[in-house]
Amino acid sequence: MLKIIKSGLQTTVQDLGRFGFQKYGVIASGAMDPFAHRIANLLVGNGENAATFEITMTGPTIQFQQDAFIALCGGDLSPQIDGTDMKMWRPAFVKEGSVLKFGAPRSGCRAYLAVAGGIDVPELMNSKSTYLRAGIGGFHGRALQAGDIVPVNPIPPQLAASLLHATGNGVEWKTAAPRYSSEPVVRMMKGRQFELFNRDSRSYIFSEAFAVSSHSDRMGYRLEGIRLALEEPKELISEAVSFGSIQVPSDGNPIILLADRQTTGGYPKIGQVAAVDLPLVSQLKPGEKIRFKEISVAEAQQLYLDQETQIRQLKVGINLKREAGK
Amino acid sequence: MPYTFSPLGEGAIVIEAGTEITDDTQKRIQAIAALLEAQPPAWMVEFIPAFTTVTVFYNPLGALYESVKSDLETLLPHAEETASSLSRTVEIPVCYGGEFGPDLDFVAEHNGLTPEQVIDIHTSGTYSVSMIGFAPGFPFISGMSEKIAAPRRDSPRLRIPERTVGIAGKQTGVYPIETPGGWQLIGRTPIRLFRPEQEIPSLLRAGDKIAFRRISEKEYRAWKEEEHAENY
Repeated sequence: MLKIIKSGLQTTVQDLGRFGFQKYGVIASGAMDPFAHRIANLLVGNGENAATFEITMTGPTIQFQQDAFIALCGGDLSPQIDGTDMKMWRPAFVKEGSVLKFGAPRSGCRAYLAVAGGIDVPELMNSKSTYLRAGIGGFHGRALQAGDIVPVNPIPPQLAASLLHATGNGVEWKTAAPRYSSEPVVRMMKGRQFELFNRDSRSYIFSEAFAVSSHSDRMGYRLEGIRLALEEPKELISEAVSFGSIQVPSDGNPIILLADRQTTGGYPKIGQVAAVDLPLVSQLKPGEKIRFKEISVAEAQQLYLDQETQIRQLKVGINLKREAGK
Repeated sequence: MPYTFSPLGEGAIVIEAGTEITDDTQKRIQAIAALLEAQPPAWMVEFIPAFTTVTVFYNPLGALYESVKSDLETLLPHAEETASSLSRTVEIPVCYGGEFGPDLDFVAEHNGLTPEQVIDIHTSGTYSVSMIGFAPGFPFISGMSEKIAAPRRDSPRLRIPERTVGIAGKQTGVYPIETPGGWQLIGRTPIRLFRPEQEIPSLLRAGDKIAFRRISEKEYRAWKEEEHAENY
């Protein structure tokens, strides 16, 4: 069991998302930085889709009411266990009674806490992700609050033994992390309505920097900078959007749609962020700047396949290190 | 060429079955959806039907864009054949006006009608569900009479209770969950449109016909009590 002492800004239970129900208007949700979520799970021997805590900006204070193996990946929010700095991107053993706290964000704004066994919340529509707007999924359909006691699934004794070994061998897996930056260059494909934008806008999207507005959340990041406009006004018919679609409402400020996006949208889409670069977007804080670089769909698919190969190799490596010397 | 294809990022393909919202396009969208439901390609993760498009999501580990497109080109001609001609009619009981429909008087005044006339027109229309989207189980409904059309509110309400029936422009709709919104609210239904605990969580599906039926506040309360009794 994990006891929430202080809630922090917003901590929710997430997995890799709720799929198969978007045709009923049910949003996908899931981790904003799926890469960090997956690695955190692998480090503690979980399946990649096990539920984690997504911790945002100002982290919570959590007391472990049992011995546990944990891993933190994603943004560096200055985590400490019982007052000592906790290393990220590697498994750690925490004793019953230990307290995990966070400080000021050093880089990025979302950290993923995986606990061996996985956070134990009921599955709803094939997913454990929190759907905040509908008040369902995750832990009682809401962000964690002080006083909450969150259960963790038990783990087999063999896994506990090998994890204990892994926490002692000092290997960090940070080399696997995406190149988080406060001024990332993000690769994007042209959107379905790219050609409807005027010539200047089609050029600005690749030449200018856009700042993340403070009106940004899990649903989408609003960007501010040079205003983008269509060649001529046009009413579009709503159609599906996806994780990373960049749509431009009539005010000309682009919005990157993220984990809690609606299923469909009626604004023209100038682009689509490559899936492998979504973590770079999700870790941005308001005020930070983003630039876009064009790639083709074929290139984005190759990058996706390369990343999957990398994750598979990482998984093999983590498992080998865990088993070695046992 | 009946369909056009285009990518939505590296993990989705958009099938466009028309460029305008017509009955014909809607039927073809429903036929594609029925086909994908009946014969899901191995690489498919899920699909989202809309007014003129069906977007199919896939994992590039299973197939890349060109092969997904070619599979769909082979599959789609079968869409018409498997299309179900069964169209359900779903009755939605509505308690109009009062605390449930604070904007009924506005809609009436705006159109030079009495509230009773607005209710008569709203309940006598033939409606169909074009698509589900915007919110879980939220139906985009076509077929409302322009005689009761009304503009959105200048400033949206921060909270519209779930199951509220509203009008925005020439559209009518029902809010499945509590949400902010600028619609003119004319009534409330006691039935649930979003049922997350069920295998199919949306009461309505694209292609359904809808009939609105007027109920009294007493009937509304009775309905709610019955639901309460079923749940506890």
